[in-house]
Amino acid sequence: MAVVSSTSSTVMNNVEAVRATLYEAMKNDERTVILGEDVGARGNVFLITKDFIGEFGERRVIDTPIAEASIVGIAIGMAMEGLRPIAEIQFADFIYPSYNQIVGEAAKTRYRSNGEYTCPLVIRTPYGGGVRGALSHSVCIEALFYHVPGLKIVAPAFPDDVKGLLNAAIDDPDPVLFLEHKKTYRLIKGEVPDGHYTIPLGKARVRKEGTQLSVVSYGLYLHWALDAAQRLESEGLSVEVIDLRSIRPMDKTAILNSVEKTRKLLVIHEDNKFGGIGAEISAMVAEEALFHLDAPIRRLAAPDVPAMGYALPLEEEYLSSPEEMADTMREMVQF
Amino acid sequence: MATTITMPQLGETVTEGTVAQWLKSVGDSVDKYEDFVEVSTDKVNAGVPSPVTGTIRELLVKEGETVATGTPIAVIDEVGAAVAAAPAASAAPAAATVEEKPQKAPSSNGAPASSAAESEDYESALRGASPAVRRLAREHRVDIRTLRGSGSNGRVTAGDVLAASRRGGPAAPVAPQTVAPGSSRTSTYAQPLPGTTVQLTQARRIIAERMVESVHTAPHAWSMVEVDVTEVWAWRTREKDRFERETGYKLTLLPFFIRAVVEALAAFPLMNARFVAQSGSTPASIYVNEDVNIGIAIGLATNLVVPVIRGADKLSIKGLAIKGGELIEKARKNKLGVDDLAGGTFTVNNNGANGSYASAPIINAGQAGIVTMEAVVKKLVVRDDDSIAIRRMMNACLSLDHRVVDGYVASGFLAELKRRLERMGPQGEL
Repeated sequence: MAVVSSTSSTVMNNVEAVRATLYEAMKNDERTVILGEDVGARGNVFLITKDFIGEFGERRVIDTPIAEASIVGIAIGMAMEGLRPIAEIQFADFIYPSYNQIVGEAAKTRYRSNGEYTCPLVIRTPYGGGVRGALSHSVCIEALFYHVPGLKIVAPAFPDDVKGLLNAAIDDPDPVLFLEHKKTYRLIKGEVPDGHYTIPLGKARVRKEGTQLSVVSYGLYLHWALDAAQRLESEGLSVEVIDLRSIRPMDKTAILNSVEKTRKLLVIHEDNKFGGIGAEISAMVAEEALFHLDAPIRRLAAPDVPAMGYALPLEEEYLSSPEEMADTMREMVQF
Repeated sequence: MATTITMPQLGETVTEGTVAQWLKSVGDSVDKYEDFVEVSTDKVNAGVPSPVTGTIRELLVKEGETVATGTPIAVIDEVGAAVAAAPAASAAPAAATVEEKPQKAPSSNGAPASSAAESEDYESALRGASPAVRRLAREHRVDIRTLRGSGSNGRVTAGDVLAASRRGGPAAPVAPQTVAPGSSRTSTYAQPLPGTTVQLTQARRIIAERMVESVHTAPHAWSMVEVDVTEVWAWRTREKDRFERETGYKLTLLPFFIRAVVEALAAFPLMNARFVAQSGSTPASIYVNEDVNIGIAIGLATNLVVPVIRGADKLSIKGLAIKGGELIEKARKNKLGVDDLAGGTFTVNNNGANGSYASAPIINAGQAGIVTMEAVVKKLVVRDDDSIAIRRMMNACLSLDHRVVDGYVASGFLAELKRRLERMGPQGEL
């Protein structure tokens, strides 16, 4: 953590960490503006911005129409002209209309203007499944944006990382897509240092050390992977679990250091396997550390189907589980 | 009595050897101390003398096959023992009196040797070896075919290779296979026939790999200076007969060149260095060698060898001449040991002996440079005082690893080399 101004901390869950960080940002910098569907009077569907409109006013907490391209487009203009907008896409499933604004405009602003303009924009959005959210409240969108240079993508799993990375995203002079796994919102609690601090974007964190297998994950699955790795620990198998935290920039050094130690790599993510984050990590490791690998790289990810079904068996079939993760880890350690 | 011959250890760090060529076939007689097989390692080719006089009963390893040191490679029926064991009145041939079965290969832990079926498993283990296993086996010189895998389906894991390396050798020797020596002779490197394939000897293969490695990893740059060697030539001409009489070695120009090179290296230590590539989180660096070990390139009919004069900076011209003479003689007789070939920090190639006027040599991988001394030719030279003279001139060519040094250092080194050579002779102590 770059700056920690206080040694005390508070236990909160992920949604509280988002709320507390946004509140501080609104409080500390008048340039900060929040805009999105239901962020004002309703206070966000998860109550993240509850009462913000009363304290900071309608000019800084803006309820928008159901028009995602406009939310991002307006925020880009604000950012280029000196404000610090934090745009919210209510659910990641709704981000598609704004794809052109994010990819075609925000990500290219600095390049197109030869550095004259930057786009210090944060786009927050809840993503991911496991909440019976069906087709339009369950998707992972990271791979759709992963291919795009000029865009940073962050997906913290723990509340302390939520705060540090959201602060870093707000400070960053370029657009950052900030992904919040909605199932972890109230599920995951942890100590969050008080006061302002940032965590550098693009730095992974080893959440559990091990010697026989490197597991790279993020988001909800990171917690399941940790659960699985702990189970294997009781069987005498040693698995290292790396929380990617930032999906792009990718922390190559952390991944390579771990793989060179354990000689085996498993990438686990909730997004689809085909063309996913795991494909890029696997290719990178194959290019840079092939002669350290003692087993084929494996990926555990969503099947190639269009969406997560609503019916519980369909959702369970789509998602992995700590049990499946443990089985795969065991196979790889014993390979 | 049957004597089992095992793969000898041809150097301190050598853990395996390749049967390059059987010099005897089954049924041939062999004298004690007579070479009966030629074995190659990645460093050296050597004939292996028979420890007994007798008849070859079995050759257990094919030509071209690589086995761990200590692995049985042949069985020889000892003549004296066989005769002694035969009943005096018997007219049966000696071989018929031998009762013993060929010994099975004991493993290092005393377990019985592996069966042929298991040897197929070993071969499949080789094919299924992961990149990490292959790399570690190469680095630690472990033959993975000889390991019992602890992974799934008996797979040899990276950990198995490291464990074998820590034990100091393979877990179990390769199952011996009885094979007839190759009868059909194909084209060889020494006698290449058009339209045939020449199988690479171990030495040839290593040369090929090292050359590719050097050219691909070290960006080569090249420079040349012309040196007036008239005085050195005169010095050597005056000394050579006496030197040969006293030492038995010919006095060539090479030791004079090496002396000048080591003196120039002392002035430019970066030329006596090596580039250490980035490894994991350890950043790339340059290691400046403390020792000055000069490799001398010696061309043989089938391959190139570069034996090393260790501590060349501590030897006089005479000492360099004697040491160089020893190494050249050993090279020609194919008697170079591993220790003769290891540890070079810079290479000198007396290319001019073959008439070459200029050449662009490939750096011996792991060094910063190589110098060739080209043909000495008489030339008309305009000297500093505008007089015209007939002088013996020679080109000295330098290939350098541009990662380690730039033209500034390389040119300085060449200029120093030229200056020192031109100041040598025509008199002095060798």
